[in-house]
Amino acid sequence: MPNMSMIEAIRDALDVAMGADERVVVFGEDVGYFGGVFRVTAGLQRKYGKTRCFDAPINESGIVGAGIGMAVYGLRPVVEIQFADYVYPGYDQIVSEAARIRYRTAGEFTCPMVIRMPSGGGIFGGQTHSQSPEALFTHVTGLKTVVPSNPYDAKGLLLAAIADPDPVIFFEPKRLYNGPFDGHHDRPVASWKGHDLAEVPEGAYQVPLGRAVIRRFGKAATVLTYGTMVHVALAAAEESGIDAEVIDLRSLMPLDLETITASVKKTGRCLVLHEATLTSGFGAELAAQVQAECFFQLEAPVRRVAGWDTPYPHVHEWSYFPGPARVAEALRELVEEV
Amino acid sequence: MGETRQEEFPPLGLNVPEPEVRPGGQPDFSKVQIPKAGSVRRPPVEVDPEEIRDLAFTIIRVLNRDGQAVGPWAEGLALEDEELLKGLRDMMTLRAYDARMLMAQRQQKTSFYMQHLGEEAISCAFPLALRQGDMNFPTYRQAGLLIAAGYPLSTMMNQVYSNEKDPLKGRQMPVLYSTKEFGFFSISGNLATQYIQAVGWAMASAISRDRKISAAWIGDGSTAESDFHAALVFASTYKAPVILNIVNNQWAISTFQGIARGGAGTFAARGLGFGIPALRVDGNDYLAVCAVARWAAERARRNLGPTLIEYVTYRAGGHSTSDDPSAYRPAEESAAWPLGDPILRFKNYLIGRGIWSEDRHAQAEAQIMAEVTQTQKEAEAIGTLHQGHHPSPRDMFEDVYAEMPPHLLRQRHEAGF
Repeated sequence: MPNMSMIEAIRDALDVAMGADERVVVFGEDVGYFGGVFRVTAGLQRKYGKTRCFDAPINESGIVGAGIGMAVYGLRPVVEIQFADYVYPGYDQIVSEAARIRYRTAGEFTCPMVIRMPSGGGIFGGQTHSQSPEALFTHVTGLKTVVPSNPYDAKGLLLAAIADPDPVIFFEPKRLYNGPFDGHHDRPVASWKGHDLAEVPEGAYQVPLGRAVIRRFGKAATVLTYGTMVHVALAAAEESGIDAEVIDLRSLMPLDLETITASVKKTGRCLVLHEATLTSGFGAELAAQVQAECFFQLEAPVRRVAGWDTPYPHVHEWSYFPGPARVAEALRELVEEV
Repeated sequence: MGETRQEEFPPLGLNVPEPEVRPGGQPDFSKVQIPKAGSVRRPPVEVDPEEIRDLAFTIIRVLNRDGQAVGPWAEGLALEDEELLKGLRDMMTLRAYDARMLMAQRQQKTSFYMQHLGEEAISCAFPLALRQGDMNFPTYRQAGLLIAAGYPLSTMMNQVYSNEKDPLKGRQMPVLYSTKEFGFFSISGNLATQYIQAVGWAMASAISRDRKISAAWIGDGSTAESDFHAALVFASTYKAPVILNIVNNQWAISTFQGIARGGAGTFAARGLGFGIPALRVDGNDYLAVCAVARWAAERARRNLGPTLIEYVTYRAGGHSTSDDPSAYRPAEESAAWPLGDPILRFKNYLIGRGIWSEDRHAQAEAQIMAEVTQTQKEAEAIGTLHQGHHPSPRDMFEDVYAEMPPHLLRQRHEAGF
């Protein structure tokens, strides 16, 4: 089984999907000849021809809107938004159109498409190349929203997303693109923690949407998180010495409430962790769900750790980023609360 | 830089365009340049777009004042008498349907309606350029596409009434029809979004080495939306087999067309900067619409790429039942519109051709209205907005996703369905 970076795993997923189904087409800014600014689509145009993998004009509404038209026709477009921060010009096409086509036509027209975008910080991208706008999409009915945390899941989730009959927003945490991450910007690590998640099977396999996975078992507290923050949570659990259970949600919509509530009912304490800004973030939804489902088992209020409510700063990004120290401290406070 | 200081000029001032007249004034269309019917050339479809830039600034017309079809765009139309009579009947049906539905709205049987008065020729003639499997991405005033394609009027009414037989299960506002079988993609309330979708659909047809083409529809006002420009970029870049239609009916609710058009000579001229052939046509001339649409469709089918068409027409009614045109334009303006009434003009042509008469017209008018009224009664027997049978509220939770996720299922149970 080959070892892959997340970029290679995503590229492999696209390769597998395009090889298996002629309806799968890939387009976006710079994705064709060059292979994208992160080189995720490198080589796909050479292999599948320029009508199945091609460059788009710099127009996100156009990219999404044209993708919708293709999906309505019967293709399976996978479009790339160069950075999640650039998705806003295409936002109306996603939330008012792609998300609603099945509903407003009573199922006669459908929109099976995937909108991929690199998200999150940790690469000195400043306030226009670091955002995590997942909450803007999980609030929209009709969309599915996915955030992988390792190469194995990235490939399996992307293949599931491409096969899905509904539009899927696929966030790619760019901090994880080129290798594993232990939660510290200055400490690269040799392998993906927990499992050998860099080992990516050849060919097709799917990681089902809507299923969370427990990355670390523990009894003292539950950490609910996803994407880059899974690795921060794992590092924080090690550092703090707290017997924390870390749940990688993988899919925010649909949400695996069953796994979440089973864990929180067991541990009695819950920390919600994400990189996006705190206020009205997806963590608010998680906290509300946990409170509603596990109130009588909770031994302390649900805590949230998130990015500060500021735009992402360039030079101070490691102060903004919810790192292991902040998470460890919050975990300590959480388990110490009576 | 220059020697002149800014202080030497008067202060700057914002230009806000205004129509020629407002209520109380005399309608004035003297600035609308109307060439003689038959006077505009018909280039071959393979023409270099650069060679026909002038066609974006004129008006292609076929029917003259004497009710004759003249000029190069009339030649080769080869419409059979039966097709011509069907065209007239389609327009009359649309007008009768509008009248009944407008009345139904006033009687509070539905929440909202938008009529086509004065614009019937455009959507009724355009389908003559299409084939089975082609797809329209319409906006509000193209119900003629459905009527001409034979979509049941009763189904349209059921949609307007949101009753139990509404194929869209009461989820869309009235007139936001949708039917795959009849090549009519769903209408969105967010304007211009469908324009780029139509281009994407056409690109998909080309990617798939298919033979189908698409048609995008937009009003003059919505050409100001970014998605209109996105569509032109994509259509031009990929030479998508799409017909880009702009219905210029002069008014975007209360805003006159000059606000969206700005300093450009015409809306058709928007296509020129993209290298897209752009034609301007008399939108009240059934035959001219048909001829130009067929020219554009042939270009698309021969893989020659997109064509942009501006239909010059006039919205004789209000924008919708929520609109009051007398508040922003002279009441006599629609009657003063120099391109006349599309039904009257086509009727006169058919009479001149010897296949129609005033008597038959009056008879047909009464018969069509009787049929529409009968269909309306049947639809109302099923239900209207506030009475009769509606889709089950249980349906409200369906079709959000292909499969209902657990949280939605919980909510449906919570709602009691």
